[in-house]
Amino acid sequence: MATKRSSPRAESSTPAPPSEATEPESATARNTSAAAQKSAPAVTAVEMGARQREISVSEFFTKNRHLLGFDNPRKALLTCVKEAVDNSLDACEEAGILPDVTVKLEVVTTGSAPVAPSQATRFRITVTDNGPGIVRQQIPRVFAKLLYGSKFHRMRMSRGQQGIGISAAGMYGQLTTGKPVKVISRTGPRAAAHYFEVQIDTKKNEPLVHENKQIDWSQPQGTEVVLEVEGRYQKGRASVDEWLEQTSIANPHVRLTYHTPEGEQKNYPRTYHELPPSPREIKPHPYGIEFGALLKMLQDTKSHTVASFLASDFCRVSPALAEEICKAAKLSPAAKPRDVKPQAAETLYKTIQTTKIMAPPTNCISPIGEKAILSGLYKQIKGEFYTAVSRPPAVYRGYPFVIEAGLAFGKGPDEVSKPQQTAVPLAEGEDHGNDTEQARVIRYANRVPLLYQQSACATFKAVLSTTWRNYGVSQSRGALPAGPMVIFVHMASVWVPFTSESKEAIADYDEIQKEITLALREAGRRLGIFLRRRERAASEFRRRNIFELYIEEVVAACNRLKGGNLPTEKLKEQLHKIASSRTGGLKTDEALGKTGAGPEGLPHSIIVTAEGIEGEREVAENVPAAASVNLSSSETVPPTKASGRGKRAAATAPAPNKRLPASSVKRKAGQQELFAEAADGKKGSARKTPAKTATATRKRK
Amino acid sequence: MAQAKPKKNGAVAKKLVGMADVVISAAQRSKDPTFEIPIRALSNVSFNPRKGLIEMGEKKQARTFFNVGMAKKFMQTMLVADALAELQQADLTTSLREIYYRTKHTIQDSHENTFDTQDESDPIIEDLEVSLIALREELHVRAENSGSIVGPVVFGDDGDRVDCAKLGKGGYSVPSIVEPEYLEIRRCTADFLLLVEKGTQWNRLSEDKFWRRYNCVLLTGNGQPPRGVRRLARRLHEEYKLPVYVLVDNDPWGYYIYSVVKQGSINLAFESQRMAIPKAKFIGLSSADPERYELPRNVGIKLNEKDVTRAKELLNYQWFQKPAWQQEIKRMLTSGLKYELDALANKDFQYLTKKYLPRKLKEKDWLD
Repeated sequence: MATKRSSPRAESSTPAPPSEATEPESATARNTSAAAQKSAPAVTAVEMGARQREISVSEFFTKNRHLLGFDNPRKALLTCVKEAVDNSLDACEEAGILPDVTVKLEVVTTGSAPVAPSQATRFRITVTDNGPGIVRQQIPRVFAKLLYGSKFHRMRMSRGQQGIGISAAGMYGQLTTGKPVKVISRTGPRAAAHYFEVQIDTKKNEPLVHENKQIDWSQPQGTEVVLEVEGRYQKGRASVDEWLEQTSIANPHVRLTYHTPEGEQKNYPRTYHELPPSPREIKPHPYGIEFGALLKMLQDTKSHTVASFLASDFCRVSPALAEEICKAAKLSPAAKPRDVKPQAAETLYKTIQTTKIMAPPTNCISPIGEKAILSGLYKQIKGEFYTAVSRPPAVYRGYPFVIEAGLAFGKGPDEVSKPQQTAVPLAEGEDHGNDTEQARVIRYANRVPLLYQQSACATFKAVLSTTWRNYGVSQSRGALPAGPMVIFVHMASVWVPFTSESKEAIADYDEIQKEITLALREAGRRLGIFLRRRERAASEFRRRNIFELYIEEVVAACNRLKGGNLPTEKLKEQLHKIASSRTGGLKTDEALGKTGAGPEGLPHSIIVTAEGIEGEREVAENVPAAASVNLSSSETVPPTKASGRGKRAAATAPAPNKRLPASSVKRKAGQQELFAEAADGKKGSARKTPAKTATATRKRK
Repeated sequence: MAQAKPKKNGAVAKKLVGMADVVISAAQRSKDPTFEIPIRALSNVSFNPRKGLIEMGEKKQARTFFNVGMAKKFMQTMLVADALAELQQADLTTSLREIYYRTKHTIQDSHENTFDTQDESDPIIEDLEVSLIALREELHVRAENSGSIVGPVVFGDDGDRVDCAKLGKGGYSVPSIVEPEYLEIRRCTADFLLLVEKGTQWNRLSEDKFWRRYNCVLLTGNGQPPRGVRRLARRLHEEYKLPVYVLVDNDPWGYYIYSVVKQGSINLAFESQRMAIPKAKFIGLSSADPERYELPRNVGIKLNEKDVTRAKELLNYQWFQKPAWQQEIKRMLTSGLKYELDALANKDFQYLTKKYLPRKLKEKDWLD
């Protein structure tokens, strides 16, 4: 292991001879350097050998903490929260418990005077869950030993992967504040709650237990972790607040409570009452392993023959196929795996890569699901249109994965009507829109929000390369689409290929890129339908509106031209008559009601109008778990089924406004509302009432 | 002349009021109110070789009210017509920009402005000029004064006697409206008129009293001459039979300025009748001059891409088809260089006054 050579050589600035240097060479090196200088004596291989020793993983990470996401105090605070919450969610879901997680950030004052949260440098992070708890003996190692965990050796979809996270967070705390990690855990109401204070011995990578006692704890079951770390609390992009909000979007089955350092409490309620189906563990697929890994597996296997090794340690390799591979690799199927020579193993490896093997099973992945994404987006983001797309599973490098995309578009009905009241006449060069606003991309890997390194991420690149202009959204060259829009992209996989250890960006595999693009296109297509439909209604309205507005001006001008003695009312009336005959009169309204397709045309979408919600109503209305569909199948729910349920939900739900149960009538009303929305303040009085009720509807949730 | 004034204005005012009648009568018949506006583009002009003028064709476009694409323009047209009628009644003149401000307001019950920029109102005024067959001056809209004149000519301007021979080297600033009702030419004893592209060269000639020695009128429009300058040149040419010579830079833009003076512009083709001077001569700088007057090559400027494109366009215009002109432009393209009038100073500060123009006039070295 070459890495064992101690790397920093502070005392010598001259390049030392390589360790495998031969005798005469090192002799000449010694001679010349002795003649040339006295300050830096040359080092012999023996002396160097004396310095070469093992580096513990913990020591390595102490020096390279940026690799794990602790580069600066602000990011470190987020990473600590993230690791603790990820662990809680993984544990709850594996144990089949709907997670209730509380996150609390408190300012720790080092001096006497209290410090404002934005100025503070030290924080106490408390994360409490209702999970299965951790057995007493394991607590120290889980929280204070790096690379210790349950997830690394399994091919199973989970948030955490390596078993570094929470111990690294603890180590970071230990390094910056000297405080141990405090853990309370209880495995059930009848078990005792254990309180631990642990630290990590960075040399040995072993836990040091400072305190261990049984305590009384109000919670019947669960785990609480308290970390004290150096950090900076700042709101805005890539903040703890943003991360929690995004977590709640992708995990609508989680109830999240967040106590900010300012003492505020934010609640992210559970809007989806079913746990995501537990992902299944799979064996590695032959395409996905590297040569070194194959060698190791050959050594470690319990099988006695190569053929049975291939068939039992990999997925999608049948005994017949295993024989075939052995034959092609000119290897006896009955050979002992441990006796396979490296050269033969290499042939075997190459043969495997060229053999046609079925893609890995995909039922091991548990995507969020279209309905859950919809409800997550609807809950957290104000908008007029929401949609979600789950792609069928695909495979990269032998790992199955699923891409999901979502879109939330618009400003929300209550905000749409606001700015119009305070409008002032525009001066030259000014314009109405703050349309320069760019879309926001929220990225997830296995339900965990990714906040850093956006531009390096495959998802972000896919968003950029999608031609949003095809869907009626403006986009300048090489930029994000413009408009009030949030784009949601999630990758679920047994192994998400991150570009670095700190899990910030998804690597750019062609297969992944392709799936993301397809998902985005489908979402974009639905947005396009929505926008076009809205535009159609608006332009029809504008047509008439234009004439109404301009008739006033034209008549006034004519009147002045004629010296002010024109029967203006008569002229106006005549012109109005022509206008309404030219725009199709009342027929236009009806035609619009008919042509504007209902939510059936837009599967897995919600349209929010000033009057209410159209589309996947049960999601928006919070239907209890019993009514929602099983998400384990990645198949999309047939829209007819969905709308049938929607009707029932609409009928049973307490009516917040004069809503009619028949969905067709409802749709038409919604269309007319679109008209009103497009009105330039002219129909202000007509719109006001429904807008108010819509706000009320929202508040109810 | 003073009597003609109210009568003529009355005619324009009547035409403007007539637009309101179009709307009213269309409304009564439940028809879409429509104006016919002649198209102002290259596709609708033609060169009349007999008259030597660019003339406007017959193509017209309809501007209707009840058409989503045109409704706003129609409304704007009515507003501008109203403002113009107001000017007629008050007998005031104004600028394009003031018209824009006068007609700009926010439409009631909306956030929409009648006009957002002046770029919207300017073309409408031109539309009205063409469709009402009224000159901009007759509509009481003036451009900026951006021309100067000096020489043995006497004007009557608002009752003041202006003797352009007694105005020092600054001369008289040409008003934008020079119709007989506004500007009277009382006397002119000059032998010819020299229209200079650049103010700097005009200053040189004025300072050197070139006009006194050669008994001519010096006129400049500071670049592309505005309507006032062109119209004044035309009047002196027509009323006092002064030959007109044009002195411009040797580049495609200089050629075009000459052609505009001579046969009118594409955009204002409808006014060629009153402004073009088909007998105007191009005195310089010709692409043959650098050789003839031994200008060193290093005072030339390399033609850029735009220049070359423009020059090739000029080659295709009907009014540049005379062999001498084809030769002139091609010679410039072959040499790849353009020359400014100012470059003559390379030889001597007064080269233009003392050598160049005298020789040109003596040799009658000009292009038609």
